[in-house]
Amino acid sequence: MRVSLTVNGRPQQADDVWEGESLLYVLRERLGLPGAKNACEQGECGSCTVRLDGELVCSCLVAAGQAEGREVVTVEGLADHAERRRTAAPGVGLDEARDWRPVPGDGTRLAPVQQAFVDAGAVQCGFCTPGLLVAADDLLAQNPEPTDADIREALSGNLCRCTGYEKIMDAVRLAAARQAEEV
Amino acid sequence: MPRTGPAGVPTRITQGAQTAGGIGESTLRPDGILKVTGEFAYSSDLWHEDMLWGHLLRSTVAHAEIVSIDVSEALALPGVHAVLTYDDLPADVRTYGLEIQDTPVLAHGKVRHHGEPVAAVAADHPETARRAAAKIRVEYRELPVITDEFSATAPDAVLVHEGRTDHHAPYVSHPNILHRQPIVRGDAAAAAERADVIVRGEYTFGMQDQAFLGPESGLAVPEEDGGVHLYIATQWLHSDLRQIAPVLGLPEDKVRMTLAGVGGAFGGREDLSMQIHACLLALRTGRPVKIVYDRFESFFGHVHRHPAKLTYEHGATRDGLLTHVKCRIVLDGGAYASASPAVVGNAASLGIGPYDVDDVDIEAVALYTNNPPCGAMRGFGAVQACFAYEAQMDKLAGELGLDPVEFRQLNAMEQGSTLPTGQVVDSPAPVAELLRRVKAMPLPPERQWESSEGADVRQLPGGLSNTTHGEGVVRGIGYAVGIKNVGFSEGFDDYSTAKVRMEVVGGEPVAVVHTAMAEVGQGGVTVHAQIARTELGVEQVTIQPADTRVGSAGSTSASRQTYVTGGAVRNACALVRERVLEIGRRKFGTHHPAWATAELLLERGKVVTDGGEVLADLADVLEGESVEVEREWRHRPTQPFDRRTGQGNGHVQYSFAAHRAVVEVDTELGLVKVVELACAQDVGKALNPLSVLGQIQGGTVQGLGVAVMEEILVDPVTAKVRNPSFTDYLIPTILDTPTIPVDILELADHHAPYGLRGAGEAPTLSSTPAVLAAIRAATGLELNRTPVRPEHLTGTA
Ligand code: FES
Ligand code: FES
Repeated sequence: MRVSLTVNGRPQQADDVWEGESLLYVLRERLGLPGAKNACEQGECGSCTVRLDGELVCSCLVAAGQAEGREVVTVEGLADHAERRRTAAPGVGLDEARDWRPVPGDGTRLAPVQQAFVDAGAVQCGFCTPGLLVAADDLLAQNPEPTDADIREALSGNLCRCTGYEKIMDAVRLAAARQAEEV
Repeated sequence: MPRTGPAGVPTRITQGAQTAGGIGESTLRPDGILKVTGEFAYSSDLWHEDMLWGHLLRSTVAHAEIVSIDVSEALALPGVHAVLTYDDLPADVRTYGLEIQDTPVLAHGKVRHHGEPVAAVAADHPETARRAAAKIRVEYRELPVITDEFSATAPDAVLVHEGRTDHHAPYVSHPNILHRQPIVRGDAAAAAERADVIVRGEYTFGMQDQAFLGPESGLAVPEEDGGVHLYIATQWLHSDLRQIAPVLGLPEDKVRMTLAGVGGAFGGREDLSMQIHACLLALRTGRPVKIVYDRFESFFGHVHRHPAKLTYEHGATRDGLLTHVKCRIVLDGGAYASASPAVVGNAASLGIGPYDVDDVDIEAVALYTNNPPCGAMRGFGAVQACFAYEAQMDKLAGELGLDPVEFRQLNAMEQGSTLPTGQVVDSPAPVAELLRRVKAMPLPPERQWESSEGADVRQLPGGLSNTTHGEGVVRGIGYAVGIKNVGFSEGFDDYSTAKVRMEVVGGEPVAVVHTAMAEVGQGGVTVHAQIARTELGVEQVTIQPADTRVGSAGSTSASRQTYVTGGAVRNACALVRERVLEIGRRKFGTHHPAWATAELLLERGKVVTDGGEVLADLADVLEGESVEVEREWRHRPTQPFDRRTGQGNGHVQYSFAAHRAVVEVDTELGLVKVVELACAQDVGKALNPLSVLGQIQGGTVQGLGVAVMEEILVDPVTAKVRNPSFTDYLIPTILDTPTIPVDILELADHHAPYGLRGAGEAPTLSSTPAVLAAIRAATGLELNRTPVRPEHLTGTA
């Protein structure tokens, strides 16, 4: 089947999608967006977390067909998404979308939460990072001044095996503080 | 198919001025931005035009003869390009292994554990590959299963490996004992006479999984010369290469290996997983083949931490001095050897912990069973022992009416102490000091769930399940300390190689560091850049992708990489510096006498005298030239342990950490909340304090996990794994994890580069017994096994 969806503000199409394919598979293997990670593909680890029409979901649990016509934001779109949240910029045309590539490392614009993860040392192997970033960004959008208990509650669906979470707490606190300063 | 994927391209990491920093600074990871934007290419992200997907069929039984395998239906499925079994292997070498080559690439005649690979499939879609594997018909004739010491060493026991010829075989009393290491020093029996108090205990340590998040995966690309290029997540490229090439029937130079992004390792990637299968399928089909395990398969695809049974006897005099220790540690190695022999050596030599005892009688063994194979995991044999000897220390302190911390301090080893192996500890060993520091940290407030608005249930045992409002909740505090060796021991040639180049790019001097070190998340790439910057006085450092075009770096394990590959980078840099100065003397020596007379340094892109006078810009010195050096580097040699007495200078260096755990337990429901887990650790020298903290906190939480939730459950009758998923094998979430204050001590080890001490593993040791001690203190229960489950706390087990 063909699945048409909007990913990070760009209309996208995937052809020959099998019935059983997940949104995660389509993003990673058909659309070339490997940012959402495949750690359990069972809805347990949160590494594949994306936004689907603004809701946090485990993309490994969403059948590709369910994403038809909907809007997805992945970690690759987080900076844009954060920026758009600030400035409400207009969408992107189809040709531009087809051309789109994740911007390479140096000089990349980062969402505040992404920068905070780098600065706080919250990234080790980094496999959990994309999912945590999408979840943390969502938390901060809804609750700009989360308490520690709020942060733990919001990120409890995201496993990290490397960091012991302490630096992740630091990162989210840092992003919240910077966000507060900006306002 | 539109695709922007990285197509097998490894990540070359450049560190710019934005992340400048020499050693001792908390320089940020050079790969951090790639990782937060989702662009970092992990092994499971790789993609190639035309690639196929590989999948393995695994045995559904633990021990059986294979009567027949029929692949015809699988092969007939549209989209299937190859199905391989043992008979399709191209060379005479059909097994592999780290020390003993006892692991079949694909099962031959027999399967020895649940989940052993039996056949490999390549197809055009991962689902096709899975369906094809399901259509392979395997007929098994089941054999009795060996699951514990009793069944393994029975006189008429079925042998897991018949006709063993490995180098340990002649020294064991039964062929199902893989390796045995006794350590006898002094006279424990005579010393026991002097003891006023003797305590005994039996402990059980459950099977832990590394549970790294990035699943085993890789992409094998056939090359025009008949060779293959494997992009792979591993801990040691050259060790993989040494095991892969003979099975493919290829010389090593036709198997090229490049490290792909690694999503955690913790020992679980020391053994091969899908490496050979991907290469075989690629060579057979002539197409690139990618294999990605799902989580279920990952639980079968790597070795686990050895479950153990430990029996201890400790004695002490009334005034609190240890008289003797006798212990026996039985590690379940599972069906194949993996790293078990080395784990035995560690468990034995570190079996009594960081304490001074002259009279010891230690024995550690590893068994061959039909349980899942066990091997390397963070802490490597020292973890299980620490759990037991620390419980014993608390028991003894209790019997003697002494404070558990003071009792430990009374017996703590220090610099100059002798280990049970006879080896003298010739660098700082601040065991008593670490305990003092961790005890001195302020305690978290009591009843912190209480606020003006009532109880915040999220802070209570049971958390959001809202199982209590604080009634029936009791607090306990526990301490533990541990000792871990750094690097590979027992005479292993534990070297590393680094290639460093200095050149001018865009008018700037740049250092390029190339090693085969596996960056698995630990931050080696960060410290390599810091070292190069410090030694060569440049801002810009490029870290080349790790691959086999440069010599071996050894394994990213045993807390050894910063020491060994860091040492190699430093030494290569020193040679580069000499050559650069030679060029400078040649070009500019006549301009200033200091070129010949002064001690010269490279700093901030310039050649300067030790008095600070600038002689030249590095860019001018190197104009039109570049300097490149590749060097191997070795630390002090070690010796094997004597087979009978265990004596020998077997270890390179030690690392020490102490923990204090504060827990709250809901005694009605048996639920535990770890409130705080404080750590004090000596790291010798923190090359990157932020990374060191991250290592300590991460290691601490892995120890917490095994204390209260993590265990692979193996059915004792069938030896089948019961919980191979993240639904059933639990690892700590951010809600299960407390704050982890850390006190870092830096007592230089003068034998090590910069005085550093490997840091990644020690915190995994002491965290588990500290949590257990705290739960015991809260509940008064004995608790002699990990993990502690609610039924153990409520008496309903
Ligand atoms: S990969 Fe989707 S939740 Fe783990
Ligand atoms: S950084 Fe490795 S899993 Fe979180």
